[in-house]
Amino acid sequence: MTAIPMADGLILGGILFAVGLAGVLLRRNLLLILVSIEIMLNGAGVTFVAAGSRWGQADGQVMFLFILAAAAAEVSVGLALLLTYYHRRQTLDADYVNEMRG
Amino acid sequence: MTNPMEIPFFAAGAVAVIATLLAITRTIAVHALLYLIVSLLAVAVVFYTMGAPVVAALEVIIYAGAIVVLFVFVVMMMNLGAQDSETERKWLAWRAWIGPAVLSALLLFEVIYLVVRAPVSATIGSISTPKEIGLALYGPYLLGVELASMLLLGALVGACHVGRISRSGREVQQ
Repeated sequence: MTAIPMADGLILGGILFAVGLAGVLLRRNLLLILVSIEIMLNGAGVTFVAAGSRWGQADGQVMFLFILAAAAAEVSVGLALLLTYYHRRQTLDADYVNEMRG
Repeated sequence: MTNPMEIPFFAAGAVAVIATLLAITRTIAVHALLYLIVSLLAVAVVFYTMGAPVVAALEVIIYAGAIVVLFVFVVMMMNLGAQDSETERKWLAWRAWIGPAVLSALLLFEVIYLVVRAPVSATIGSISTPKEIGLALYGPYLLGVELASMLLLGALVGACHVGRISRSGREVQQ
């Protein structure tokens, strides 16, 4: 029988989410912003799995699989856009993305 | 106290937090990705200690395997050099990161305060088997699985479309 306090799992998920949020806010490199979004999704996944494990249900892990699918979709489209942007501008600065028209 | 999973949980959690902190503060993109891999592997260990071995395996295979490989390919295609790392260092000035860091820390302390203050004495660690997850996925969550497959198909078509536009756009510029 393994037992970890529920609060610790939730706090770990919260820490990962907060670190990812700080990364999104403080980086100007678009690639690192995408990485930080991945970290935030991962933190949300930790919370889901902790909650599902607390009730002894598989639902939390099913939710993590959906998060995984959403993360994969988001990353593929995001990186395609990133490559397009880099080919046109030769920079990854997020401050110039508003010049992209069409 | 005689819990075999508690020490690995805290150790892996500490590794995950430290590696994530290092990942978002690196100036070289490849170093950030390497720390991201360490963080994801540590989170996989956390999942295992929480009684979710299937999710731990998927974290390694899909997150650390597939998604990070995508990032690494993009970094290789962009061919970032030394001056990019210099620019990054300029962007990561003290004045630039102190505001977001303080705001995120405030939110985090709020979450921790609420979690600690609530009278939760529950523990986690009930192990769920792959069979349970499969039955849940193809039972009550069948519609969700179909929606996820549509989402992935949409992402595939979208990524192909954006990539095609980029190639024709460069041809127009030449």
